[in-house]
Amino acid sequence: MIAAPKPDLVTVNIDGVDIAVPKGTNVIEAAKQLQKDVPHYCYHPKLTVAGNCRMCMVEMGMPAVDPATKAPVMDAATGKQKINWIPRPQIGCGTTVAPGMHIKTSSPMVKDAREGVMEFLLVNHPLDCPICDQAGECKLQEQATGYGRGYSRFIEEKNVKPKRTQLGPRVTLDDERCILCSRCVRFSKEIAQDDVLGFVDRGSYSTLTCHPGKKLENNYSLNTVDICPVGALTSTDFRFKMRVWFLKQTNTIDIESSVGVNAMVWSREGVIYRLTPRRNDEVNDTWMADSGRLLYKQVAAADRLGAVAVNGAASSHDSAINAAAELLKAGSVALVGSGRASVEEQFLLKKLADQLGVNASLVARTAAGDKLLISADRNPNVRGALVTGLVSALPAAQLTQLAADIDAGKVKTVLSHGEDLVAAGLTAAQLAKVSIIYLGTHVNPTSAAAKVVVPTLHTFEKAGTFVNQQFRIQKFAAAVPGPQGASNDLMVLAKLLSALGAAAPASDVHGLWTTLAAAVPALATMLYKNIPETGLLLDATPWAGLPFVEGETLKFKPAAAA
Amino acid sequence: MPAPAQTRVIFKHIDEAGYTNDLGCYLRHGGYETLKKSVARPPADLIEEVKKSGLRGRGGAGFPCGVKWSLVDRKSGKPIYLIVNADESEPGTFKDRYIMHQDPHQLIEGTIISCFANNVKQAYIYIRGEMPEGARILEKAIAEARAANFVGPNILGTGYSCEIYVHRGAGAYICGEETGLIESLEGKRANPRIKPPYFPAVLGLYQCPTIVNNVETLCQVKHIAEIGGEAYAKSGTPGNTGTRIFCVSGHVQRPGYYEFPAGTITMGQLLNEVCGGPLPGRTFKAVIPGGSSAKVLRFGERYKGKRKAGADMVDYDWGVEDVPMDFDSLAMIGSMGGSGGVIVMDDSVNMVEALANINAFYQHESCGQCTPCREGSLWMKKISSRMVHGDARKEDAALLKSVADQIPGRTICAFGEACSWPTQSFLIKFKDEFEGYAEAKKSLPADRLALV
Repeated sequence: MIAAPKPDLVTVNIDGVDIAVPKGTNVIEAAKQLQKDVPHYCYHPKLTVAGNCRMCMVEMGMPAVDPATKAPVMDAATGKQKINWIPRPQIGCGTTVAPGMHIKTSSPMVKDAREGVMEFLLVNHPLDCPICDQAGECKLQEQATGYGRGYSRFIEEKNVKPKRTQLGPRVTLDDERCILCSRCVRFSKEIAQDDVLGFVDRGSYSTLTCHPGKKLENNYSLNTVDICPVGALTSTDFRFKMRVWFLKQTNTIDIESSVGVNAMVWSREGVIYRLTPRRNDEVNDTWMADSGRLLYKQVAAADRLGAVAVNGAASSHDSAINAAAELLKAGSVALVGSGRASVEEQFLLKKLADQLGVNASLVARTAAGDKLLISADRNPNVRGALVTGLVSALPAAQLTQLAADIDAGKVKTVLSHGEDLVAAGLTAAQLAKVSIIYLGTHVNPTSAAAKVVVPTLHTFEKAGTFVNQQFRIQKFAAAVPGPQGASNDLMVLAKLLSALGAAAPASDVHGLWTTLAAAVPALATMLYKNIPETGLLLDATPWAGLPFVEGETLKFKPAAAA
Repeated sequence: MPAPAQTRVIFKHIDEAGYTNDLGCYLRHGGYETLKKSVARPPADLIEEVKKSGLRGRGGAGFPCGVKWSLVDRKSGKPIYLIVNADESEPGTFKDRYIMHQDPHQLIEGTIISCFANNVKQAYIYIRGEMPEGARILEKAIAEARAANFVGPNILGTGYSCEIYVHRGAGAYICGEETGLIESLEGKRANPRIKPPYFPAVLGLYQCPTIVNNVETLCQVKHIAEIGGEAYAKSGTPGNTGTRIFCVSGHVQRPGYYEFPAGTITMGQLLNEVCGGPLPGRTFKAVIPGGSSAKVLRFGERYKGKRKAGADMVDYDWGVEDVPMDFDSLAMIGSMGGSGGVIVMDDSVNMVEALANINAFYQHESCGQCTPCREGSLWMKKISSRMVHGDARKEDAALLKSVADQIPGRTICAFGEACSWPTQSFLIKFKDEFEGYAEAKKSLPADRLALV
């Protein structure tokens, strides 16, 4: 553990309570540490401060000093230093703490200011909550309830603005709902580095739009939907599908690359409706790529494997395990693991490899990273395979050694855990020469050629951990049950081990972790339940020399080439 | 007491027969002599003269110019910019335009002296978009001054170089707000910046320290450099030094621009003697003393309180006519000297309709960035327009006032005050007229002027 440098602390007084916060903190964040809500719209902790919504106004004062002598002016009544309160409210987002600063977050002046701003925000807002997708997670709704006046004095006609504008392939805009907070504009410019949004016209007629000839189509466009405090920007995919209050939220990890973006699965009655990012300041801040969000569609895809099969015929689960065990016992086995499998699955596959006395291989997936939240290594968990010892070197994209071994007749049986061997460079002829045991989620040439097919679970259907590019172990939980006929990978692997005569390991994540921690040095002091939701950094020094295929991402810099 | 005679300093040559806006004429009248003297002095001396002069900014806020200059961050190592705010847009104000049209070299001389004093190498004249003629005249004048080595590299052989560029504004009132102006000059929408942290003196144009001064202010600087700060401070009254230009418009016999030492003339003297009083058969009803955003004054009301006279506090009891025309006195009675735009309304004016016009203007000019001004200005406009063109309700008076009360002090820039002060003051001073408007409207001529 490397201790973080001690930040410079500044003591401020918020609603009568002294609190020390790091220098540079603004009043909203300082108040949050005291569980004081300073309502806001335009402020976002990961964007520059715009200060335009005026909702976060607070009353501010500084200790009085005599202008001439600089000596503190004392208040005779209290015996403390007198506070000079500024007669007009200040914005909490744009006010950084200063020593001795006094803040009131709910004085009559503040309440009055908030009521005024709330009323102003609603006068030209369509108030179409019953048909608005944001209902239930709308800051305007929440803060109107919490800080508004509760009735309307507006009898004029409301402004008319464009409805249902397609800003790009994934984002729909309703300008009438927009409160012009400019979060989306700032996000596009500052984070996505794709400055396509702006306002036209002025005053209350200001309208959010794309610059002429431009579209909001970058791979981070859906973040504008997440940060839109109202229902102006909505996800074209999620729109009108489900009320958010019916949805269950389950923590997960983005599976599209080794960044390991923290995400949340939103599901109801076994159906996933959307994925959104989950804040982790060490990994992804509050952002996530659009491409990762759409991966939930794999779960209910038409080509999901649903039936256990032996030699192409439907089979019971037990007979399939037995058939697979028979093939494995016959020897000349090769194991193909996956960088998409969890640490726990890789650990059991490693046990299987040890039981059979063979080595396992892994398939690499690489592509150019986007320097943000998609890295060059498109497997979420290659490092898990290193940590568990399943492999000791970085994988290649093509299984050339396996192909040669098949051609040489050294391998008779291949067990693939979720990897399509054809995509990994084997030919149909090579597949035909061997007996294939396939544990996987979707139909592919390997499942079609396999002697034994055991359908398993998608990441969103099971619990486990991944180790990301920083060697941060992060856990995910099961959001929805798997389809009929699919079994948990851990259970399948445990049964195979026991059919091969090994001591049956636990087939659930919690149970397995006692064994795992005992066997894997890097995880020795941990338990699944103790891993925080933001993950834990592992000691990466044993693998420091490996030539990882990584470029810079939002929170990761590759070690300088030696 | 009779009104004093005009003291034309800044407007010395305005409307003077035979005076033209070319360099030759300016030189014949002693032009650029002050610059020649100034560049031979240490720059710090000039700043000191301006501080001693007590000069207050003529753009509207009346902020002391010397203090503004002393706030400039001179240690950052970044270049310091000077911007001439020539975006004169406050309704009722028409002084800077005449300086630029008829005496542009006075502005250029004042600008270069100010630049020299503050070690500025690059200055911009941000001129209102609707003044193309002024921009053409300034361009020509700068070219002349450049050719004569008053502007440009190595000015008058001193080794000091300074360029002046004319930039035409983006056609919006808010472009005159100094941080909005800076954004606009940088090529963006003129959305005013939040302060803190973006004080122009530290993080102004291109995030460099920047001085933004009004046209008239810089002309006053030229005059200060000419006669010295102490001599300058003798004209006007303590705290309100130098001359002020009053742009009188509306219902007086002789509207126009008049220059007097600040505080030496009262509102009554200005309107009745200088401007010839009300139109025949009419009486004064109200006056807005400092541009349309200043709070209105109602003839007949009394202002009482204590004021400083020298070291003592003395009681005062003024009618509108008795108020001295200076920043402090007008602030004391709850309005402001502002930009010097005096708008006079007589008994033919219906205050509801006058306010509807003002509200329409400010609504149209709100940048739309921050909530209270954006929504409040439009709401007030919708209410006052409905009162005039549709159904007026008795309760609209209280509603208008209440909406206006939710704006000032809560916005990014002073536009919040500018757009709400008229409504607040009209509703306080003419509440009865607003409450009775529904009835009064029935007897108003149907063909009266249509509003915006």
